[in-house]
Amino acid sequence: MDLSVLLAPVSAADAADHGLNADEFARLCDGLGRVPNISELGVFSVMWSEHCSYKSSRLLLKHLPTRGPRVLQGPGENAGIIDIGDGLAVAFKMESHNHPSFVEPYQGAATGVGGILRDVFTMGARPIANLNSLRFGSFDHPRTRYLVAGVVAGIGGYGNCIGVPTVGGEVYFDPGYNENILVNAFTLGIMRSDRIFRAKAAGVGNPVIYVGSKTGRDGIHGASLLASAEFSGEAEAKRPTVQVGDPFTEKLLLEACLELMERDAIVAIQDMGAAGLTSSSVEMAGRGGTGIVLDLDRVPMREPGMTPYEVLLSESQERMLIVARVGAEDIVREVFAKWDLDASVVGRVTDDGLLRVQFQGQEVVAIPIPLLTDAAPAYERPAAPPPDFEELQELRSEQLPLPGDYNGTLLALLDSPNIASKAWVYHQYDYLVRSNTVVEPGSDAAVLRIKGTHKGLALSVDCNSRYCLLDPYVGAMIAVVEAARNVVCAGARPIGLTDCLNFGNPEKPAVMWQFRQAIQGIRDACVALDVPVVSGNVSFYNETDGRPIPPTPTIAMVGLLEDIDTHTTQWFKSEGDIIVLLGRTREELGGSEYLALTRGLVRGAPPWIDLAVEKQVQTVCAAAIAEGLVRSAHDVGEGGLAVALAEGCITGPRPGFGAVVELEGAIRLDALLFGESQSRIVLSMRRRNLSRLRELAAEHDVPLTSLGEVRGQRLVIHPLIDVDVSELQRAWSTALPRRLET
Amino acid sequence: MRWGVVTFPGSNDDHDALYVVQHILGCDAVGLWHKDRDLKGADCVILPGGFSYGDYLRCGAMARFSPVMESVAQFARAGGLVLGICNGFQVLCEAGLLPGALIRNRRLRFVCDHVRVRVEEADTPFTRAYRAGEVLAIPVKHGEGCYVADPETLDALEAHHQVVLRYVDVSGRATADANPNGSLSNIAGIVNRSRNVFGLMPHPEHACEKVLGGEDGVRLFGSVVATYATRSAPSGVSVAPGH
Repeated sequence: MDLSVLLAPVSAADAADHGLNADEFARLCDGLGRVPNISELGVFSVMWSEHCSYKSSRLLLKHLPTRGPRVLQGPGENAGIIDIGDGLAVAFKMESHNHPSFVEPYQGAATGVGGILRDVFTMGARPIANLNSLRFGSFDHPRTRYLVAGVVAGIGGYGNCIGVPTVGGEVYFDPGYNENILVNAFTLGIMRSDRIFRAKAAGVGNPVIYVGSKTGRDGIHGASLLASAEFSGEAEAKRPTVQVGDPFTEKLLLEACLELMERDAIVAIQDMGAAGLTSSSVEMAGRGGTGIVLDLDRVPMREPGMTPYEVLLSESQERMLIVARVGAEDIVREVFAKWDLDASVVGRVTDDGLLRVQFQGQEVVAIPIPLLTDAAPAYERPAAPPPDFEELQELRSEQLPLPGDYNGTLLALLDSPNIASKAWVYHQYDYLVRSNTVVEPGSDAAVLRIKGTHKGLALSVDCNSRYCLLDPYVGAMIAVVEAARNVVCAGARPIGLTDCLNFGNPEKPAVMWQFRQAIQGIRDACVALDVPVVSGNVSFYNETDGRPIPPTPTIAMVGLLEDIDTHTTQWFKSEGDIIVLLGRTREELGGSEYLALTRGLVRGAPPWIDLAVEKQVQTVCAAAIAEGLVRSAHDVGEGGLAVALAEGCITGPRPGFGAVVELEGAIRLDALLFGESQSRIVLSMRRRNLSRLRELAAEHDVPLTSLGEVRGQRLVIHPLIDVDVSELQRAWSTALPRRLET
Repeated sequence: MRWGVVTFPGSNDDHDALYVVQHILGCDAVGLWHKDRDLKGADCVILPGGFSYGDYLRCGAMARFSPVMESVAQFARAGGLVLGICNGFQVLCEAGLLPGALIRNRRLRFVCDHVRVRVEEADTPFTRAYRAGEVLAIPVKHGEGCYVADPETLDALEAHHQVVLRYVDVSGRATADANPNGSLSNIAGIVNRSRNVFGLMPHPEHACEKVLGGEDGVRLFGSVVATYATRSAPSGVSVAPGH
């Protein structure tokens, strides 16, 4: 290789090709005191990319509440960590893999799962649960079925093989995602609270050790070109930027890392995810305030002839970078040899504050670390509401006729892919491995027991992006409170969340405004419910040919059950139980599934939310469950009260409870049945517990309505609905298979 | 008695199997590493679920060549008890310790679900604590669990009462709808002719605790414990665990 080519200064055109604008290139040359060479430009382009630098979001993310008495690690590390008592903690995070999954659904989704798993076990936690939030286009779109099948198979292929259960998630279909699907993957791991591993380099002279798979030419510029720019035209052309996953190697890597963590060898550890060797080494040195020197000739490579540029930017999967203490090299080699994995000393920690990279005896990169991290650009981008914001909020409901057939409307809602059973999806995931799954997919939240304790964890992931499109502030608040409500319905107390903020191009003021409003909404809801944000991810540029996706701030909530025996599910349990509603039903149809399904309308104001009321409703539900008053608890969400009642009848493992219910209210009947007013929970319970529940509700000023009872084989909502539960069951359970298998 | 649970690279349910025999049954148990030939005095060896060596070739095709499998095969030929669950069943078929093969599910998708199986044979070391005809709720989770064999082999399996478990519906009928993967004759688990090697696709180790949804799998492990007690102490003399 001609080394002089590697040292030649690049041009402004090269910089533009790398996604750096003229200002950024000038700033880079200024900071460096010279024009970079091609390898250095590569390093800058990934470290200053939106994906790695959070340049459009950094300033706003600071507004999120991230502290709390249980928080052991907030944002800024590979995952957030929360203390759960008994000497244990949980590490968790959610991340997007949207563009890769649209380009190559199986590998895109699979490597999304692989990446988030590494983020969690690099902290020293054993992953025990995966969740995912998936958004596809409409079934009318020709690629939707292909994408659904590929993404689900990819998530299953990776998660099943590595032996981490996929215990829950959400799947939505909306034409707004036709050309830009969302795949957000969440992992939670469990660990000793006194043994956290961080990605902070320290100790001048300590060896930097590369472990895991060999480096190949795959995934180069995944972070900068695929994740940090919008799509146009043929997505297929970008397939070479998608990485290929190998869950078997990741399983070995996971076991080897956890085994090594039992030995006294590691100073710092970080996975090589986006921007591979570059970001892992730069970020570890950045956090530690050190320098780092790498010798690329020692990097295990899959093929000969790779340039320094390629080695530095490769996003080959299943690799980690470890800073070990001097003298521990043999321990690292021994453990990784046991698992048949490479371990190679590729560099040292230095005190000069520089990233220095050697290649064939020549120094090809010398960049001050802070220039790549803290001094990376950060923008306060202009923000303004979209021009149609006011207009979208208008809904002349007096012009909407009431449905002629309420039974038919309920059946149609149960048949809607957004409400229907997701069994077709989750039966492709192993949700049992590791023997902790107490509540399987299909209830408001998944529940896991924690071995060796009497505690449990409840997990839920939520976002209604229709609400967010209509009003991103309110929509984001609702995403947080709904996720919290779901874990409360499972019998848990919310202890922390992670977010995955999926938006369009932040250089557009309307998108930036949506983002800003959503951050505000998340912040206000977190403050009201006293739940910290401990980790997260921002995914911008989710748009194709200039059309952004609906703003989608996905929230994954983690709740703690002090006593696993109090876990609660959403379905009715026993004939004769009474059914009650916590909360108030308002005349609201804006943003509802009902409106979208029956009128093709996505408009109106999203449901009203009062955070103080929400908090009270959740408090009453939690207290009722803790006192053992409740047999089922179910959040009222898409499709409103009628759908929530139907789900109480049909979603259990033993379907077939009927219910007889009386609804009263001086509001439109369709809003009464199908409106999506917030802060509502349907409970079922023995009749004798009602008086105690009334006391609790009165104490917290929460409206409580006795609706009826669990009885017979029909769902009867006087005087509007009367359907056999088997008919409800059929509509709800066949909706996805019918659309996906024919 | 002492259980041995093999860990191949890519085994996943090894933790779960160990957990059940140690914490639910209270037995002595030891992990066995795929590179070791030593079975460490195990009286029953479990080949657990998972994706041994990634299963990038046929499932179980690589695992059969591992050092530990040489010892397991020898142990089985000498009459030792071997229990293969899911991937372990696939390994046993690949190793020729059980007849037939497991191929991709008919629907070509991975399936994780709660199914029911009927105990066809209570006269094996692995099912003696059940009644013949009893219907058990045990989950499956696999992509390649469709049991196939040539007609002669199937006939021989039936003739020698080697079909131990069959997929059935709630009322105990072996219907096509109750079959999660398309297995011939709804076969979920078989033993070898001498009845000391048992392979099954369902996961009994995931059906051993009420809090996790059911306990129908416990007696499978319990059967082995009972078998061990009668085998090793025919006169009623108790034997120290592990010997």
